[in-house]
Amino acid sequence: MSSSLLEVRNLAVHFGTVAALEDVSFELGSGETLGLVGESGSGKSTLARAILRLIPATRGSITWRGVELLTCDAASLRRQRRDLQIVFQDPLASLDPRMPVGETLAEPLEIFEPELGAPERLGRIKHMLERVGLGAAAIDRYPHELSGGQCQRIAIARAMMLRPRLLICDEPVSSLDVSIQGQIVNLLLDLQHEFGTAMLFISHNLAIVRHLAHRVMVIYLGRLVEVASCERLFSAPRHPYTRALLAALPDPTGRARGAGLTRGELPRGAAVPSGCAFRDRCPYAQELCARTIPRLEPVGAAQAIACHRRGELVYS
Amino acid sequence: MSRASESAAVLATEALHVAFLRSGRTIAAVREVSLAVGSGECVGIVGESGAGKTQLFMATMGLLPKNARVSGSVRFEDREILGLSRDALNRVRGAKLAMIFQDPMVSLAPHLSIGVQLAEVLVCHRDASWRDAERAALGILERVGLSEPKRRLRQYPHELSGGMRQRVMIGMSLLCEPLLLIADEPTSALDVTVQAQIIDLLRSLRGESGMAIALISHDLGVVAGLADRIVVMYAGRIVESAPAGGLLRHARHPYSALLVRCIPDVHRARLGPMPYIPGQTPGPDEVEIGCAFAPRCPHATDRCRAERPRLEDLGGEVHVACHYPL
Amino acid sequence: MKSALASETWRRLRANPAAFTALVVLAALLGMALIGPWISPYRAEALDWSQVAANPGAGHWFGTDRLGRDLFVRTLEGARVSMTVGLIAGSVSFSVGLCYGAVAGYIGGRTDEVMMRLVEILGGLPLIFFVIFLTVVFGRNELVLFVSIGAVGWLTMARIVRGQTLSIRRQEFIEAAVASGAGTARIIFRHVVPNVLGLVIVYATLTVPQIMLFESFLSFLGLGIQEPRASLGTLIAEGVGEMEAAPWMLLAPGVFLTLLLMSLNVFGDGLRDALDPKEHR
Repeated sequence: MSSSLLEVRNLAVHFGTVAALEDVSFELGSGETLGLVGESGSGKSTLARAILRLIPATRGSITWRGVELLTCDAASLRRQRRDLQIVFQDPLASLDPRMPVGETLAEPLEIFEPELGAPERLGRIKHMLERVGLGAAAIDRYPHELSGGQCQRIAIARAMMLRPRLLICDEPVSSLDVSIQGQIVNLLLDLQHEFGTAMLFISHNLAIVRHLAHRVMVIYLGRLVEVASCERLFSAPRHPYTRALLAALPDPTGRARGAGLTRGELPRGAAVPSGCAFRDRCPYAQELCARTIPRLEPVGAAQAIACHRRGELVYS
Repeated sequence: MSRASESAAVLATEALHVAFLRSGRTIAAVREVSLAVGSGECVGIVGESGAGKTQLFMATMGLLPKNARVSGSVRFEDREILGLSRDALNRVRGAKLAMIFQDPMVSLAPHLSIGVQLAEVLVCHRDASWRDAERAALGILERVGLSEPKRRLRQYPHELSGGMRQRVMIGMSLLCEPLLLIADEPTSALDVTVQAQIIDLLRSLRGESGMAIALISHDLGVVAGLADRIVVMYAGRIVESAPAGGLLRHARHPYSALLVRCIPDVHRARLGPMPYIPGQTPGPDEVEIGCAFAPRCPHATDRCRAERPRLEDLGGEVHVACHYPL
Repeated sequence: MKSALASETWRRLRANPAAFTALVVLAALLGMALIGPWISPYRAEALDWSQVAANPGAGHWFGTDRLGRDLFVRTLEGARVSMTVGLIAGSVSFSVGLCYGAVAGYIGGRTDEVMMRLVEILGGLPLIFFVIFLTVVFGRNELVLFVSIGAVGWLTMARIVRGQTLSIRRQEFIEAAVASGAGTARIIFRHVVPNVLGLVIVYATLTVPQIMLFESFLSFLGLGIQEPRASLGTLIAEGVGEMEAAPWMLLAPGVFLTLLLMSLNVFGDGLRDALDPKEHR
């Protein structure tokens, strides 16, 4: 589709013998928010870093506005970075501890708009700081003098400085207090609304993803198992893992709703089962599931799952 | 906080005050906190980062750094433990009073196997032989629901997932059958899906052994699943203390009410803004004038900004520090 | 370093009695070395045959040497030379080592391997033989001294900086800088270097005494500073010969050198503590 900004095809990232990502394909359109949900170790952060070529990919293609990111030269890649930004999970760690906030925010401008004079740059920085809810006084502060929420606002300001077309958010609120998480999520929603930025929002927290995403992808041990519109995913999930994930979430009183994922934990390291990776925790596993890896196939408008029993399993 | 359970209280603090000397200034972290945990009771302590929740319990465990200044009283099993010598305190700590922390990767020694670390506790505190201690370690791993417990004994902390490590920590704290387990943000470093499992584990363990639990978290949802009573802290003070069900249904302090609204609920969530609390907690060196929450409170009046509300008994075991409780 | 960090560092240094004393001593020694010769009526090369090997007294505060030269002035002159060598060679090895180590550590891969191989080869050179060899080829020349110190002074610095760079390289703010579009040069000089600077500055204050000691050693062996110029090393060499008859000839430069090295070391320790942002009191 011509309006898709990002096209990922059969992306694989291997670290030695461990396949952190395998056969990942999806598209992201302009202005769209795509959620990526999964547990720790599922490969979510690996995907974020692979898209930005912060880590090398083993196979596949990543096409950004027509440019093949995995094979383009360093200079071309750096030019594209202007529109491809990221916010990390640990706000304090993502800011240079020796640089005051003003310098951190000035950096993107110095790199991509070197012709700007110092007063103009300062003006842009002040404007951005206000936009993310901080005052100009923050310019001279150091990251360790600020709270987690404030640091994350700085990180977001830095990322949005050049109005990127895509913002990747890698668990941006997971290390913040629950009461502050909403502040940051709402800020992202706001900025997206103003600048029309597309977002890839990665989180293990489904409740937050539901506030933000138009479409959601569920990842398990490096493979996409379900992709659906936000509404469909939460009202009628079709993959056993997605269903288990939703059931494992605590209700407002903290109790898990269903049996969920009580069988075992996410296998560590290289111990991935043959065939479908979820089969040893899946209540519906059959012989076929051990032999062949299921592919992501549509099961209706706006929903696709990777499950051999997609046609048969009907949930109430 | 209720007088009735004071006689059966496992842990009781009275006007506990914790401050730190930094760069020649005194910075208060915990202000006049009087709190009691009854035998077999689970008390949830909730508040944002910087509320003083952790410092409160570090003071009871005697784990504060040298520049800390503590005053008030801390009684464990009706015996004053504040200011005890290290040896005397060690006999209390570890044996009857256990604490687990947020990031088990930091609390577990990276170079020792799980089995050794567990056995060590019994060898040190109970004078057990290594054989008996290892057997007990295996038992405890089974009790905390760790898969393949025999294999885990030989593994190292970095080989386990976060949830598994936290189970090991819980197991370690149970080895000496403590009267009180202090769990400081035990689920904050874990995935949401694993959180519920850990809370379930704590619930079943408590049912079996009748130990008391002090559960600390910034997430009211985590605490709500386990606590009998919830204590809400803000800027070093208790602002509300109430039975758990009551607080969730009808919080009396505006801060508690906002915290309740912030509990993540995937089934209530919809595309659009998330609930949040505006502003942020006051910094440690900000001077207290009037109610500390006033700058962020939707109902604040001039009286709130001038006069600090005292903790008052509203009946039904509810205590609130607010001029205009909801 | 930004002023906020600098003033906090300064405050911490002031609060550390050992480090502050060391700094005061250093300043005093430096002051003496710089203005001393001006307040003394004697000149360094002036020979006074009437006062050969005189005891310290009212006229000659440190006494005189075998040639009647005033030791006070000679010692301070020697201190100046030693300090100059230490400072210049120290700065050179600091800068070269810093850049070399940061580049090797950040770029990694083959480049790092090749660069560190060179460091290892140079590090394996038996230094004294190298110096003797140079002296034989180029004669007893002060340039030989600088070259030989320069050839090895930067090696350990490079290793240390490389090690620090390796651990910083993986940190998220470096990833963030890459994601912001920063080029390699910008990352190395704007992000890596300032973050290793703390450790490096401290190491530099420890390298300077090492260099001065090395120079003193070479000069003591007769391979470095030549007559009539003096360094603390040459003075000590002379003093050793006269130890029994005129002990002050050894004491003056010896004590000066010892004080200098000790205070540099103590100050270096204090600086490391003061610069560490995680240290609380």
